[in-house]
Amino acid sequence: MEKIGVLITHQPLPYLEQELTRRGCRLFRLWEAPETSRLEFCRENSAAIRAIVGNSNFGADAATIDALPKVEIIASFSVGLDKVDLVKCKERGIRVTNTPDVLTDDVADLAIGLAISVMRRIPSADKYVRSGAWKKGDYTLTTRFSGKTVGILGLGRIGIAIAKRAEAFDCPISYYSRTEKPYPNYTYYSTPVDLASNCDVLVVACALTEETHHIVNRAVIDALGPKGVLINIGRGPHVDESELVAALVEGRLGGAGLDVFENEPHVPDELFGLDNVVLVPHVGSATIETRTAMADLVLGNLEAHFLNKPLLTPVV
Amino acid sequence: MGTRKTPVTLRKENMNFSLSLTASGSGSGSTTISSDGSPPLDRPPVLVLLSLSDAWSSALSAKFTIIPPSSPLSTSTRAVLISGSVNRVDSTLLDQYPSLRCVVTTSAGVNTINLEECRRRGVLVANVGETYSNDVADYAVGLLIDAFRRLTMSDRYLRNGLWVSRGDYPLGSKLGGKRVGIVGLGSIGSAIAKRLEAFGCKISYFSRKPKPTANYKYVPNIIDLATKSDVLVVSCSLTKETHHIINKQVLQALGKEGIIINIGRGAHIDEPELVRSLVQGEIKGVGLDVFENEPNVPKEMFEMENVVLTPHQAVFTPEALSDVIQICIANFEAFFAENRPGTTGTTTGTDYCISRRTQEGDQGRCAESYQTLKPADDLV
Repeated sequence: MEKIGVLITHQPLPYLEQELTRRGCRLFRLWEAPETSRLEFCRENSAAIRAIVGNSNFGADAATIDALPKVEIIASFSVGLDKVDLVKCKERGIRVTNTPDVLTDDVADLAIGLAISVMRRIPSADKYVRSGAWKKGDYTLTTRFSGKTVGILGLGRIGIAIAKRAEAFDCPISYYSRTEKPYPNYTYYSTPVDLASNCDVLVVACALTEETHHIVNRAVIDALGPKGVLINIGRGPHVDESELVAALVEGRLGGAGLDVFENEPHVPDELFGLDNVVLVPHVGSATIETRTAMADLVLGNLEAHFLNKPLLTPVV
Repeated sequence: MGTRKTPVTLRKENMNFSLSLTASGSGSGSTTISSDGSPPLDRPPVLVLLSLSDAWSSALSAKFTIIPPSSPLSTSTRAVLISGSVNRVDSTLLDQYPSLRCVVTTSAGVNTINLEECRRRGVLVANVGETYSNDVADYAVGLLIDAFRRLTMSDRYLRNGLWVSRGDYPLGSKLGGKRVGIVGLGSIGSAIAKRLEAFGCKISYFSRKPKPTANYKYVPNIIDLATKSDVLVVSCSLTKETHHIINKQVLQALGKEGIIINIGRGAHIDEPELVRSLVQGEIKGVGLDVFENEPNVPKEMFEMENVVLTPHQAVFTPEALSDVIQICIANFEAFFAENRPGTTGTTTGTDYCISRRTQEGDQGRCAESYQTLKPADDLV
């Protein structure tokens, strides 16, 4: 990949940056340019840039793609491609790859970890100990996780991995997806509201598309109810965030474990005082092992493309 | 198949469990003794030696006549409800209430009950079996995921505004493929193992003897287990042998990438040594629900990013407290079904009994599942 110009949209894993450099790529660090002059930065370097490496926060929208006429491939450091204008890519004949499978386990682990953490109030209990409050009295009872019904929105790779883990806690599994899947042990519901009405813990695990934008809306939140718990390891825009915040503050929803938000890194601070929420900064795939594996996929896809070999994980 | 005996005594140090059952109200409930002084036949008498919450009183008195220790009927009552953290069942107590043939404890642990003496006198003993195990196992897994993926720490980072000002939180560590060493493969240890397998962890365990029904790799020496593990989970009962089972040698063997999760007892770990190791960076992190001198926690830990500290919470869910009531009542029902008041009864008198956890609301099945086990001499 000697001398190939690669636009990196976000601050990359050091390993990825080192490997790209080692293979001779010229790196253009979009995230270092001030936000208002990013398109300018692209245009200035457009003669050299033949590849883009984006992530879940900074992908490649239509304007960026238009500013880079020599781009041949977008290798996203994520499995979700909601930030890449796929229609534009198809029009331009730009290849698009993502990082499926390697992050499935981490995201599923996090979903269950958040569910236990919310229901048993682990961060709040930790704060209780550190504040010295334990010396004055015991913490409250917290809700059992085992055996509770887990409802999964979207039964793809990540949804299945979540179901498998939840089953080890004797949780009955139910799900919503556009069509019923061949899992006779899991109960299918044909609408998100029906699913939410019939589960204790609702997990968002589908891809973000126009159809799934705000799939968790007021009606779903109401159906989940004051004892229900929402876990979002998908994308912030899956959930109507202002409705969610209101429901939590008013006690109409039992609790929430959130890894993603509509306007990261900004999180509604009304949530900061609540004991029944756990808020983590988009750490779904944030382990050294998984990020390294994701980097290897990005590198592998880029190399394959520039050597005219079949791509490893193409989406377009 | 017998229920595993799991005498992990689960109680809050310095706070007896019965107090948590008496969140509202106190007193030993009403007794409905008839005018000739004897309890109604359809509500056999049960001696109760701890204070009961309203939930307990109403559940128990629906089926039994509650006899307080002060009642003259106490010496003729054949069944007693105790708590392992409040009452000692020994010769003194058994002499005091010579008609006892059945002891039902609200605890999992039976270490404050003299089982030999009960056996000698033909007194059956029933604990709550695995009732607490799932909640404790869930908590252990929650602490483990937290320790690997930094949930508590990154939640705090986020709430302090640092995601905005400083950027992403440092990377955590993947669970899949990690080697988990379980110290004590009783009911709780097994429940933990079953859960962690689903996350792709590799399970090994240490106990005094291997468990023939367990599918996991047995390691006969705790230092070996620590050497070969990425994380140790302490889930055995506390005995003289297991006091400070996690000591300096084990910590060294675990090494600086190692993590410890403790949902057993504070005294399982040499706490000052643990603190020293953490301060020196000799182990990677811990998740602790128990401490040597609760509610005191070594203050050095408060400054640390790599520790999760919880106030002895693992067992305390409203569901567990409600399950305990159900299973104790089911135990009494099973006893009285075989030992109707007014008959000589059919106490086996040789073994003690652990009752199975019944399906919710399905208390009638307990009589069938009235298990008898040889009292095992290993407590791990």
